[in-house]
Amino acid sequence: MGRGLGRDLGLTRTPREGPGCAALRPLSHQISTTMSSTKRVSTRRRVARHVAARPWLRLSGVLGPPLSWLLLAYIGALVALLITSLHQEVTVGLITRRITAPGLDNFRRLIETPVYRSVTVRTVFAAVAVTVIDLALALPVAFYMAKVASVGRRRALVILVTMPLWAGYLVKTYAWSTLLNPESGFLREFVGATPGYGIGGSIVTLAYLWLPYMILPIYAGLDRLPDSLLEASTDLGGRAGRTFRSIVLPLLVPSIVAGSIFTFSLTLGDFYVNRIYGNKTQFIGNTIFSNFSANLPFAAAFSIVPILIMVAYLLLARGAGALEEL
Amino acid sequence: MYLSRTARRLLAAFTTIVVFVLYFPLGYVARLSVATSRGFGRPRGFSFDAWSRTIDAPGPRDALMNSLLVASEATAVALVLGTLAASALTRFRFFGRHTVNLMIVLPIALPGIVTGIAFHSGYERLGVDLSVMTLVAAHATFCIVIVFNNVAARMRQLGTSLEEASADLGADQLQTWWYVRLPMLRSALLAGGLLSFALSFDEIIVTTFTIDGGFKTLPAWILENMFRSESIPIVNVTATFVVLAMIVPVYVAQRLVDSTPSRG
Repeated sequence: MGRGLGRDLGLTRTPREGPGCAALRPLSHQISTTMSSTKRVSTRRRVARHVAARPWLRLSGVLGPPLSWLLLAYIGALVALLITSLHQEVTVGLITRRITAPGLDNFRRLIETPVYRSVTVRTVFAAVAVTVIDLALALPVAFYMAKVASVGRRRALVILVTMPLWAGYLVKTYAWSTLLNPESGFLREFVGATPGYGIGGSIVTLAYLWLPYMILPIYAGLDRLPDSLLEASTDLGGRAGRTFRSIVLPLLVPSIVAGSIFTFSLTLGDFYVNRIYGNKTQFIGNTIFSNFSANLPFAAAFSIVPILIMVAYLLLARGAGALEEL
Repeated sequence: MYLSRTARRLLAAFTTIVVFVLYFPLGYVARLSVATSRGFGRPRGFSFDAWSRTIDAPGPRDALMNSLLVASEATAVALVLGTLAASALTRFRFFGRHTVNLMIVLPIALPGIVTGIAFHSGYERLGVDLSVMTLVAAHATFCIVIVFNNVAARMRQLGTSLEEASADLGADQLQTWWYVRLPMLRSALLAGGLLSFALSFDEIIVTTFTIDGGFKTLPAWILENMFRSESIPIVNVTATFVVLAMIVPVYVAQRLVDSTPSRG
């Protein structure tokens, strides 16, 4: 909980750095000099000693490979995306060619065409709706898991909630498409009503798909919340509702934000749910996908939109201390 | 906090319903896979006919092998890079640490379609043809964070005293890594590896943009056959198989992560 970014400094000190370890240095130095007097120091030892004395060298040893991968592969790819988005695909007659002189035409088209604006608004609306639905479902479930259920049942529930996260995104979408089928699906036959394949059906499916992403961080946050705080609130006369609103909820904010990053981001970029439902509803992802093979620069330009939305979201989340919870 | 018995029962009932709903669609497809009736309506009858036809079908089998290959390669890369990154971020303080942290999280925090299109544009700029390797590289990138999360959490929890003891006893960095740090991280590595494997095995969105058209992973095969009515029984079976195959590694990983339950 109160463990925001980088506040866990106590653990980040390595043996040979920081003032607290200064006392150790003469001792280890002593040992190694005694050893070197009896036998010649191997090259490996010498290298090790050289490295040990230089924290930055050790740091570059462990940080170098992952950082280079992320910079070259991922940041490189994002830069390529940005460059591609500045190009243009022009069709004259039957011939399509790409103009590589940079320009903002794709972005102009994005802003000026009402369809793209309404697609963006619709997608953000769906992302908010999915997040709110998941939050409403996740809070009681996570609370039950962390604070009411017995230890055995809690363990079982954590596993039960986590497993569907990893099992078949497509399988689940496919399963929901059979359930939602307006003519013969399960919901029509047994419940009598179905949201069908429109935006309602998409929101229900996406809320279902991402629900565990919301339950798990909230559960983790509640699990860390000391019971004594809740007892103190009760002792001071706080009823359940008041304790929940004034104690639990404020302390849960980072966990809720962490969960919402997933539900929001995953909805923002989803296109297979709508596609499998027959594309009656268009999200940003569907527009990107349908332009992907025909007009990659425009698809690239449109995918900058979810990036901007998510970067804004992440910056807000960082303010709430939620990134540590991911 | 004091909750009345009714409130506790209501919470328990609500949780039960939610968990039931989480599994219902998966169970429904599993039921369809052994039904004799066609279509998506009420499943009727019982037969393993579709299962035996699926085992003989070459499509799902090849796709399964491809998926296993991609997921293991991506996981191998992610294990190495994720562990190194976790060690850098938990054992060192340096300028830009928060930025590096954000960069590790970014591939899963940004929508999959962005990662997919970005990798596609990157490969196109570099003139690289899409292949198994391009797919593995993209998968490895978003798998790093899974390994990172598991290993970093474990390293914070372990603290530095044993590593310091090892250094004080004269072990060099490599020896400390090999004899002290890695053995202590074993279960975190296994859990992170299994989850990263599962994530890659199931991935379809990034895959769509970084896959070579002729190469089919299991989700790509399912996607291609989902709309062909004659393939639907086989899709039902394959889908059920994916879920069943996923349950084992994820269950094991969860038990490993959950070995130290706490109550504040």
